[in-house]
Amino acid sequence: MRPSAPPGLLSTAWILVRKDLLLEWRSRARANALVFFALASVLLFSFALGPDTTFLRHAAGGTLWLAILLASVLALGESFRVEQENAALDGLRLAPADARALFLAKALANAVLLVLVGAVILPVLFALASVDAVLGLGRLAGVLVLGCLAIAAPGTVYAAIASHARSRDVLLPLLLFPLLIPAVVAAAKATSLVFEGDPMLQSGSWLGLLGAFNLVYWSLGFALFPRVVED
Amino acid sequence: MLKKALIALTLLAIGLVVWAAWLGLAWAPPDREMGDVQRIMYVHVPAMEMSLLAMTLNFICCVAYLFRPRWSTDSLAEAFAEVGLFFGTYGLVLGSIWGKPTWNTYWTWDPRLTAMAIGLVSYAGYLALRRFVDDAERRAVWSAVVGIIIAVDVPIIYLSVRWWRSLHQVQSSPATVDPAMVHALRWNFVAFFVVFIVFVMARYAIARARREQEMTPPPLVLEAAR
Repeated sequence: MRPSAPPGLLSTAWILVRKDLLLEWRSRARANALVFFALASVLLFSFALGPDTTFLRHAAGGTLWLAILLASVLALGESFRVEQENAALDGLRLAPADARALFLAKALANAVLLVLVGAVILPVLFALASVDAVLGLGRLAGVLVLGCLAIAAPGTVYAAIASHARSRDVLLPLLLFPLLIPAVVAAAKATSLVFEGDPMLQSGSWLGLLGAFNLVYWSLGFALFPRVVED
Repeated sequence: MLKKALIALTLLAIGLVVWAAWLGLAWAPPDREMGDVQRIMYVHVPAMEMSLLAMTLNFICCVAYLFRPRWSTDSLAEAFAEVGLFFGTYGLVLGSIWGKPTWNTYWTWDPRLTAMAIGLVSYAGYLALRRFVDDAERRAVWSAVVGIIIAVDVPIIYLSVRWWRSLHQVQSSPATVDPAMVHALRWNFVAFFVVFIVFVMARYAIARARREQEMTPPPLVLEAAR
Protein backbone atom coordinates (compact mmCIF):
# COMPACT_ATOMS: atom_id res chain seq x y z
CA MET A 1 0.00 0.00 0.00
CA ARG A 2 1.31 3.43 -0.92
CA PRO A 3 1.66 5.83 2.04
CA SER A 4 -0.79 8.72 1.67
CA ALA A 5 0.65 12.16 0.99
CA PRO A 6 1.15 14.30 4.12
CA PRO A 7 -1.46 17.06 4.53
CA GLY A 8 -0.52 20.54 3.35
CA LEU A 9 0.14 23.58 5.55
CA LEU A 10 -3.44 24.78 5.82
CA SER A 11 -5.01 21.37 6.28
CA THR A 12 -2.45 20.57 8.97
CA ALA A 13 -3.37 23.82 10.69
CA TRP A 14 -7.05 22.95 10.39
CA ILE A 15 -6.51 19.49 11.90
CA LEU A 16 -4.58 21.04 14.79
CA VAL A 17 -7.24 23.70 15.43
CA ARG A 18 -9.84 20.96 15.61
CA LYS A 19 -7.61 19.00 17.96
CA ASP A 20 -7.17 22.00 20.28
CA LEU A 21 -10.86 22.89 20.28
CA LEU A 22 -11.83 19.25 20.81
CA LEU A 23 -9.49 19.04 23.81
CA GLU A 24 -11.10 22.20 25.09
CA TRP A 25 -14.61 20.91 24.47
CA ARG A 26 -13.99 17.57 26.18
CA SER A 27 -12.96 19.10 29.48
CA ARG A 28 -14.22 22.69 29.22
CA ALA A 29 -12.14 23.34 32.34
CA ARG A 30 -10.02 26.04 30.79
CA ALA A 31 -12.94 27.80 29.07
CA ASN A 32 -14.98 27.79 32.27
CA ALA A 33 -12.11 29.13 34.32
CA LEU A 34 -11.42 31.84 31.74
CA VAL A 35 -15.04 32.99 31.58
CA PHE A 36 -15.34 33.25 35.35
CA PHE A 37 -11.99 34.97 35.63
CA ALA A 38 -13.04 37.53 33.01
CA LEU A 39 -16.43 38.04 34.69
CA ALA A 40 -14.70 38.59 38.02
CA SER A 41 -12.39 41.17 36.43
CA VAL A 42 -15.34 43.04 34.89
CA LEU A 43 -17.05 43.15 38.28
CA LEU A 44 -13.85 44.25 39.99
CA PHE A 45 -13.32 47.04 37.47
CA SER A 46 -16.89 48.19 38.03
CA PHE A 47 -16.40 48.24 41.80
CA ALA A 48 -13.09 50.03 41.47
CA LEU A 49 -14.58 52.69 39.20
CA GLY A 50 -17.67 53.28 41.34
CA PRO A 51 -21.42 52.94 40.74
CA ASP A 52 -21.85 55.93 38.39
CA THR A 53 -23.53 54.39 35.30
CA THR A 54 -22.60 57.20 32.92
CA PHE A 55 -18.97 56.88 33.91
CA LEU A 56 -19.12 53.09 33.66
CA ARG A 57 -20.46 53.43 30.12
CA HIS A 58 -17.53 55.68 29.24
CA ALA A 59 -15.15 53.08 30.64
CA ALA A 60 -17.00 50.03 29.25
CA GLY A 61 -14.79 49.62 26.17
CA GLY A 62 -11.62 49.70 28.26
CA THR A 63 -13.14 47.37 30.86
CA LEU A 64 -14.06 44.80 28.23
CA TRP A 65 -10.60 44.75 26.68
CA LEU A 66 -8.71 44.75 29.96
CA ALA A 67 -10.77 41.75 31.07
CA ILE A 68 -10.04 39.94 27.79
CA LEU A 69 -6.35 40.89 28.01
CA LEU A 70 -6.01 39.53 31.55
CA ALA A 71 -7.86 36.36 30.60
CA SER A 72 -5.66 35.99 27.52
CA VAL A 73 -2.52 35.62 29.64
CA LEU A 74 -4.08 32.61 31.36
CA ALA A 75 -5.39 31.16 28.10
CA LEU A 76 -2.09 31.55 26.26
CA GLY A 77 0.00 30.12 29.07
CA GLU A 78 -2.32 27.16 29.42
CA SER A 79 -2.36 26.43 25.68
CA PHE A 80 1.34 25.53 25.80
CA ARG A 81 1.24 23.94 29.23
CA VAL A 82 -1.04 21.18 27.87
CA GLU A 83 1.48 20.54 25.08
CA GLN A 84 4.33 20.11 27.54
CA GLU A 85 2.69 17.19 29.31
CA ASN A 86 4.07 13.97 27.80
CA ALA A 87 6.16 16.16 25.46
CA ALA A 88 3.14 16.50 23.18
CA LEU A 89 4.70 19.45 21.37
CA ASP A 90 7.73 17.37 20.36
CA GLY A 91 5.35 14.64 19.23
CA LEU A 92 3.53 17.09 17.01
CA ARG A 93 6.81 18.37 15.58
CA LEU A 94 7.87 14.80 14.80
CA ALA A 95 4.50 13.89 13.28
CA PRO A 96 5.75 15.85 11.28
CA ALA A 97 3.61 18.95 11.57
CA ASP A 98 4.97 22.15 10.01
CA ALA A 99 5.82 24.61 12.79
CA ARG A 100 4.07 27.35 10.84
CA ALA A 101 0.89 25.29 10.79
CA LEU A 102 1.34 24.86 14.53
CA PHE A 103 1.48 28.62 14.93
CA LEU A 104 -1.63 29.21 12.82
CA ALA A 105 -3.53 26.53 14.72
CA LYS A 106 -2.50 27.62 18.20
CA ALA A 107 -3.14 31.29 17.49
CA LEU A 108 -6.51 30.60 15.89
CA ALA A 109 -7.64 28.29 18.70
CA ASN A 110 -6.60 30.90 21.27
CA ALA A 111 -8.46 33.60 19.34
CA VAL A 112 -11.61 31.46 19.23
CA LEU A 113 -11.40 30.95 22.98
CA LEU A 114 -10.97 34.68 23.60
CA VAL A 115 -13.89 35.57 21.33
CA LEU A 116 -15.97 33.15 23.37
CA VAL A 117 -14.89 34.83 26.61
CA GLY A 118 -15.70 38.24 25.13
CA ALA A 119 -19.11 37.07 23.93
CA VAL A 120 -19.99 35.85 27.42
CA ILE A 121 -18.92 38.95 29.31
CA LEU A 122 -20.43 41.44 26.84
CA PRO A 123 -24.07 40.95 28.02
CA VAL A 124 -22.91 41.40 31.63
CA LEU A 125 -21.19 44.60 30.62
CA PHE A 126 -24.34 45.77 28.81
CA ALA A 127 -26.28 45.32 32.04
CA LEU A 128 -23.69 46.87 34.35
CA ALA A 129 -23.10 49.95 32.21
CA SER A 130 -26.67 50.08 30.79
CA VAL A 131 -25.45 50.06 27.20
CA ASP A 132 -27.95 49.65 24.39
CA ALA A 133 -25.88 48.31 21.50
CA VAL A 134 -28.48 46.33 19.57
CA LEU A 135 -27.89 48.35 16.41
CA GLY A 136 -24.11 47.98 16.69
CA LEU A 137 -23.99 44.23 17.37
CA GLY A 138 -22.52 43.44 13.95
CA ARG A 139 -19.80 46.03 14.32
CA LEU A 140 -19.15 44.90 17.88
CA ALA A 141 -18.67 41.32 16.69
CA GLY A 142 -16.19 42.59 14.09
CA VAL A 143 -14.18 44.49 16.72
CA LEU A 144 -14.24 41.50 19.06
CA VAL A 145 -12.92 39.12 16.40
CA LEU A 146 -10.24 41.52 15.15
CA GLY A 147 -9.12 42.38 18.69
CA CYS A 148 -8.91 38.75 19.80
CA LEU A 149 -6.95 37.84 16.67
CA ALA A 150 -4.58 40.73 17.45
CA ILE A 151 -3.98 39.43 20.98
CA ALA A 152 -3.63 35.80 19.89
CA ALA A 153 -0.90 36.18 17.23
CA PRO A 154 1.93 37.78 19.23
CA GLY A 155 0.57 36.10 22.35
CA THR A 156 1.10 32.64 20.88
CA VAL A 157 4.72 33.38 19.96
CA TYR A 158 5.48 34.80 23.39
CA ALA A 159 3.62 32.03 25.21
CA ALA A 160 5.73 29.44 23.39
CA ILE A 161 8.87 31.26 24.54
CA ALA A 162 7.68 31.85 28.09
CA SER A 163 6.54 28.26 28.55
CA HIS A 164 10.18 27.13 28.52
CA ALA A 165 11.63 29.96 30.57
CA ARG A 166 11.99 30.34 34.31
CA SER A 167 9.12 32.18 36.05
CA ARG A 168 7.01 32.06 32.92
CA ASP A 169 3.98 33.56 34.64
CA VAL A 170 5.89 36.80 35.12
CA LEU A 171 7.59 36.74 31.75
CA LEU A 172 4.55 36.39 29.49
CA PRO A 173 2.71 39.58 30.58
CA LEU A 174 6.02 41.42 30.81
CA LEU A 175 6.71 40.69 27.13
CA LEU A 176 3.15 40.78 25.86
CA PHE A 177 1.47 43.78 27.51
CA PRO A 178 3.67 46.55 26.08
CA LEU A 179 3.39 45.02 22.61
CA LEU A 180 -0.40 44.88 22.81
CA ILE A 181 -0.92 48.50 23.89
CA PRO A 182 -1.76 49.74 20.35
CA ALA A 183 -4.17 46.84 19.77
CA VAL A 184 -5.89 47.31 23.13
CA VAL A 185 -6.18 51.07 22.61
CA ALA A 186 -7.68 50.59 19.13
CA ALA A 187 -10.06 47.83 20.21
CA ALA A 188 -11.21 49.69 23.34
CA LYS A 189 -11.72 52.87 21.35
CA ALA A 190 -13.67 51.09 18.59
CA THR A 191 -15.80 49.32 21.23
CA SER A 192 -16.53 52.60 23.01
CA LEU A 193 -17.58 54.14 19.71
CA VAL A 194 -20.13 51.34 19.28
CA PHE A 195 -21.39 51.81 22.86
CA GLU A 196 -21.61 55.58 22.79
CA GLY A 197 -22.33 56.32 19.15
CA ASP A 198 -19.88 57.44 16.50
CA PRO A 199 -21.00 60.85 15.17
CA MET A 200 -17.53 61.68 13.79
CA LEU A 201 -17.14 58.30 12.01
CA GLN A 202 -13.85 57.61 13.78
CA SER A 203 -14.23 53.87 14.17
CA GLY A 204 -12.98 53.20 10.62
CA SER A 205 -9.48 54.46 11.42
CA TRP A 206 -9.31 52.49 14.70
CA LEU A 207 -10.42 49.33 12.89
CA GLY A 208 -7.77 50.09 10.26
CA LEU A 209 -5.11 50.27 12.98
CA LEU A 210 -6.35 46.96 14.40
CA GLY A 211 -6.24 45.39 10.92
CA ALA A 212 -2.70 46.64 10.30
CA PHE A 213 -1.61 45.32 13.72
CA ASN A 214 -3.05 41.91 12.83
CA LEU A 215 -1.34 41.89 9.45
CA VAL A 216 2.08 42.74 10.92
CA TYR A 217 2.02 40.32 13.84
CA TRP A 218 0.37 37.39 12.07
CA SER A 219 3.05 37.55 9.35
CA LEU A 220 5.87 38.01 11.89
CA GLY A 221 4.58 35.11 13.97
CA PHE A 222 4.20 32.94 10.88
CA ALA A 223 7.77 33.66 9.82
CA LEU A 224 9.45 33.48 13.24
CA PHE A 225 7.53 30.76 15.10
CA PRO A 226 9.53 27.85 13.55
CA ARG A 227 12.67 29.31 15.19
CA VAL A 228 10.95 29.42 18.56
CA VAL A 229 9.95 25.76 18.72
CA GLU A 230 13.02 24.28 16.98
CA ASP A 231 15.31 22.20 19.08
CA MET B 1 44.58 46.34 24.04
CA LEU B 2 40.78 46.61 24.18
CA LYS B 3 41.04 47.98 27.70
CA LYS B 4 43.46 50.73 26.64
CA ALA B 5 41.22 51.69 23.72
CA LEU B 6 38.26 51.83 26.07
CA ILE B 7 40.12 54.08 28.53
CA ALA B 8 41.27 56.40 25.72
CA LEU B 9 37.76 56.59 24.29
CA THR B 10 36.29 57.27 27.73
CA LEU B 11 38.66 60.19 28.23
CA LEU B 12 37.78 61.49 24.76
CA ALA B 13 34.07 61.12 25.55
CA ILE B 14 34.40 63.09 28.80
CA GLY B 15 36.26 65.87 27.01
CA LEU B 16 33.69 66.02 24.21
CA VAL B 17 30.75 66.02 26.63
CA VAL B 18 32.26 68.95 28.58
CA TRP B 19 32.96 70.89 25.36
CA ALA B 20 29.50 70.16 23.90
CA ALA B 21 27.79 71.02 27.17
CA TRP B 22 29.57 74.38 27.25
CA LEU B 23 28.47 75.03 23.66
CA GLY B 24 24.87 74.15 24.44
CA LEU B 25 24.61 75.78 27.86
CA ALA B 26 26.60 78.99 27.40
CA TRP B 27 27.80 79.60 23.87
CA ALA B 28 24.64 79.04 21.78
CA PRO B 29 22.02 81.83 21.89
CA PRO B 30 18.84 81.26 23.93
CA ASP B 31 15.63 80.54 22.05
CA ARG B 32 13.43 83.58 21.29
CA GLU B 33 10.22 81.95 22.60
CA MET B 34 11.36 79.40 25.15
CA GLY B 35 14.49 81.10 26.49
CA ASP B 36 17.01 78.89 28.27
CA VAL B 37 14.61 75.95 28.59
CA GLN B 38 15.20 75.18 24.93
CA ARG B 39 18.82 74.24 25.75
CA ILE B 40 17.52 70.83 26.91
CA MET B 41 17.09 70.13 23.19
CA TYR B 42 20.90 69.85 22.80
CA VAL B 43 20.90 66.72 24.97
CA HIS B 44 17.36 65.43 24.42
CA VAL B 45 17.67 65.10 20.64
CA PRO B 46 21.08 63.32 20.59
CA ALA B 47 20.01 61.00 23.43
CA MET B 48 16.89 59.96 21.53
CA GLU B 49 18.82 59.56 18.27
CA MET B 50 21.33 57.30 20.03
CA SER B 51 18.45 55.30 21.51
CA LEU B 52 16.84 54.78 18.09
CA LEU B 53 20.25 53.97 16.60
CA ALA B 54 20.84 51.34 19.29
CA MET B 55 17.40 49.81 18.76
CA THR B 56 17.95 49.66 15.00
CA LEU B 57 21.36 48.01 15.48
CA ASN B 58 19.80 45.56 17.93
CA PHE B 59 17.29 44.62 15.24
CA ILE B 60 20.07 44.10 12.69
CA CYS B 61 21.97 41.87 15.15
CA CYS B 62 18.81 39.84 15.85
CA VAL B 63 18.19 39.22 12.14
CA ALA B 64 21.86 38.42 11.61
CA TYR B 65 21.82 35.95 14.50
CA LEU B 66 18.87 34.02 13.08
CA PHE B 67 20.60 33.71 9.71
CA ARG B 68 24.08 33.04 11.07
CA PRO B 69 24.29 32.15 14.76
CA ARG B 70 27.39 33.62 16.37
CA TRP B 71 27.97 34.43 20.03
CA SER B 72 29.44 37.82 19.20
CA THR B 73 26.23 38.86 17.40
CA ASP B 74 24.14 37.76 20.36
CA SER B 75 26.31 39.63 22.86
CA LEU B 76 26.29 42.71 20.65
CA ALA B 77 22.49 42.60 20.47
CA GLU B 78 22.35 42.51 24.25
CA ALA B 79 24.71 45.48 24.48
CA PHE B 80 22.68 47.53 21.99
CA ALA B 81 19.39 46.78 23.75
CA GLU B 82 20.65 47.90 27.11
CA VAL B 83 22.39 51.02 25.81
CA GLY B 84 19.27 51.89 23.79
CA LEU B 85 17.10 51.49 26.88
CA PHE B 86 19.46 53.74 28.85
CA PHE B 87 19.58 56.55 26.28
CA GLY B 88 15.84 56.31 25.65
CA THR B 89 14.97 56.59 29.34
CA TYR B 90 17.40 59.48 29.73
CA GLY B 91 15.91 61.26 26.72
CA LEU B 92 12.36 60.65 27.90
CA VAL B 93 13.11 62.15 31.34
CA LEU B 94 14.78 65.16 29.70
CA GLY B 95 11.79 65.61 27.39
CA SER B 96 9.46 65.47 30.39
CA ILE B 97 11.44 68.16 32.18
CA TRP B 98 11.29 70.30 29.02
CA GLY B 99 7.57 69.59 28.61
CA LYS B 100 6.55 71.03 32.00
CA PRO B 101 7.43 74.68 31.24
CA THR B 102 6.69 74.42 27.51
CA TRP B 103 3.58 72.22 27.20
CA ASN B 104 2.54 72.79 30.83
CA THR B 105 2.58 69.05 31.51
CA TYR B 106 5.22 66.41 32.21
CA TRP B 107 3.41 63.78 30.20
CA THR B 108 0.76 63.66 27.50
CA TRP B 109 -0.51 60.79 25.37
CA ASP B 110 0.96 62.20 22.20
CA PRO B 111 1.61 59.42 19.62
CA ARG B 112 5.38 59.86 19.75
CA LEU B 113 5.56 59.85 23.54
CA THR B 114 3.30 56.81 23.65
CA ALA B 115 5.31 54.93 21.01
CA MET B 116 8.58 55.73 22.82
CA ALA B 117 7.17 54.57 26.15
CA ILE B 118 6.00 51.31 24.54
CA GLY B 119 9.45 50.86 23.01
CA LEU B 120 11.24 51.33 26.32
CA VAL B 121 8.98 48.87 28.17
CA SER B 122 9.42 46.39 25.29
CA TYR B 123 13.22 46.53 25.49
CA ALA B 124 13.02 46.17 29.27
CA GLY B 125 11.00 42.99 28.59
CA TYR B 126 13.64 41.84 26.09
CA LEU B 127 16.37 42.25 28.71
CA ALA B 128 14.21 40.48 31.31
CA LEU B 129 13.77 37.55 28.92
CA ARG B 130 17.54 37.26 28.63
CA ARG B 131 17.78 36.93 32.42
CA PHE B 132 14.99 34.34 32.62
CA VAL B 133 16.32 31.76 30.14
CA ASP B 134 19.21 29.63 31.39
CA ASP B 135 20.01 27.68 28.23
CA ALA B 136 22.37 30.01 26.30
CA GLU B 137 21.43 28.78 22.83
CA ARG B 138 17.70 29.05 23.41
CA ARG B 139 18.18 32.44 25.03
CA ALA B 140 19.98 33.70 21.94
CA VAL B 141 17.36 32.43 19.47
CA TRP B 142 14.37 33.54 21.51
CA SER B 143 15.72 36.98 22.30
CA ALA B 144 16.50 37.39 18.58
CA VAL B 145 12.87 36.55 17.77
CA VAL B 146 11.61 38.97 20.43
CA GLY B 147 14.08 41.63 19.24
CA ILE B 148 12.62 41.42 15.73
CA ILE B 149 9.04 41.56 16.98
CA ILE B 150 9.57 44.63 19.18
CA ALA B 151 11.57 46.43 16.47
CA VAL B 152 8.25 47.09 14.67
CA ASP B 153 7.88 49.99 17.10
CA VAL B 154 11.14 51.72 16.09
CA PRO B 155 10.06 53.15 12.70
CA ILE B 156 6.72 54.07 14.29
CA ILE B 157 8.56 56.16 16.91
CA TYR B 158 10.53 57.91 14.18
CA LEU B 159 7.62 58.53 11.79
CA SER B 160 4.88 59.16 14.39
CA VAL B 161 5.45 62.92 14.30
CA ARG B 162 4.94 63.00 10.53
CA TRP B 163 1.99 60.62 10.44
CA TRP B 164 -0.13 62.14 13.19
CA ARG B 165 1.16 65.74 13.51
CA SER B 166 0.28 65.87 17.19
CA LEU B 167 1.92 67.86 19.99
CA HIS B 168 5.53 66.75 19.54
CA GLN B 169 7.22 68.78 16.80
CA VAL B 170 8.55 67.12 13.63
CA GLN B 171 12.26 66.69 12.92
CA SER B 172 13.86 70.10 12.14
CA SER B 173 16.12 70.62 9.18
CA PRO B 174 19.45 72.47 9.68
CA ALA B 175 18.33 74.90 6.95
CA THR B 176 15.65 76.41 9.18
CA VAL B 177 17.64 76.57 12.43
CA ASP B 178 20.08 79.28 13.56
CA PRO B 179 23.63 78.22 12.48
CA ALA B 180 24.96 78.67 16.04
CA MET B 181 22.31 76.26 17.36
CA VAL B 182 23.08 73.76 14.60
CA HIS B 183 26.77 74.00 15.49
CA ALA B 184 26.11 73.30 19.19
CA LEU B 185 23.73 70.45 18.35
CA ARG B 186 26.27 68.83 16.00
CA TRP B 187 28.97 68.85 18.70
CA ASN B 188 26.51 67.28 21.10
CA PHE B 189 25.80 64.59 18.53
CA VAL B 190 29.51 63.83 18.25
CA ALA B 191 29.88 63.73 22.04
CA PHE B 192 26.87 61.47 22.49
CA PHE B 193 28.04 59.20 19.71
CA VAL B 194 31.42 58.67 21.37
CA VAL B 195 29.68 58.02 24.70
CA PHE B 196 27.44 55.54 22.84
CA ILE B 197 30.48 53.70 21.47
CA VAL B 198 32.12 53.58 24.90
CA PHE B 199 28.94 52.20 26.50
CA VAL B 200 28.42 49.59 23.79
CA MET B 201 32.06 48.45 23.98
CA ALA B 202 31.95 48.17 27.76
CA ARG B 203 28.60 46.39 27.77
CA TYR B 204 29.74 44.04 25.00
CA ALA B 205 32.84 43.15 27.03
CA ILE B 206 30.61 42.31 30.00
CA ALA B 207 28.30 40.17 27.84
CA ARG B 208 31.26 38.27 26.39
CA ALA B 209 32.80 37.71 29.82
CA ARG B 210 29.47 36.37 31.14
CA ARG B 211 29.20 34.09 28.15
CA GLU B 212 32.71 32.73 28.68
CA GLN B 213 31.97 32.17 32.33
CA GLU B 214 28.85 30.22 31.34
CA MET B 215 30.82 28.05 28.92
CA THR B 216 33.65 27.31 31.35
CA PRO B 217 32.96 24.15 33.32
CA PRO B 218 33.29 24.46 37.09
CA PRO B 219 36.82 23.71 38.45
CA LEU B 220 35.82 20.33 39.85
CA VAL B 221 34.94 19.06 36.39
CA LEU B 222 38.25 20.31 35.05
CA GLU B 223 40.14 18.43 37.76
CA ALA B 224 38.18 15.26 37.17
CA ALA B 225 39.01 15.44 33.48
CA ARG B 226 42.71 15.64 34.19
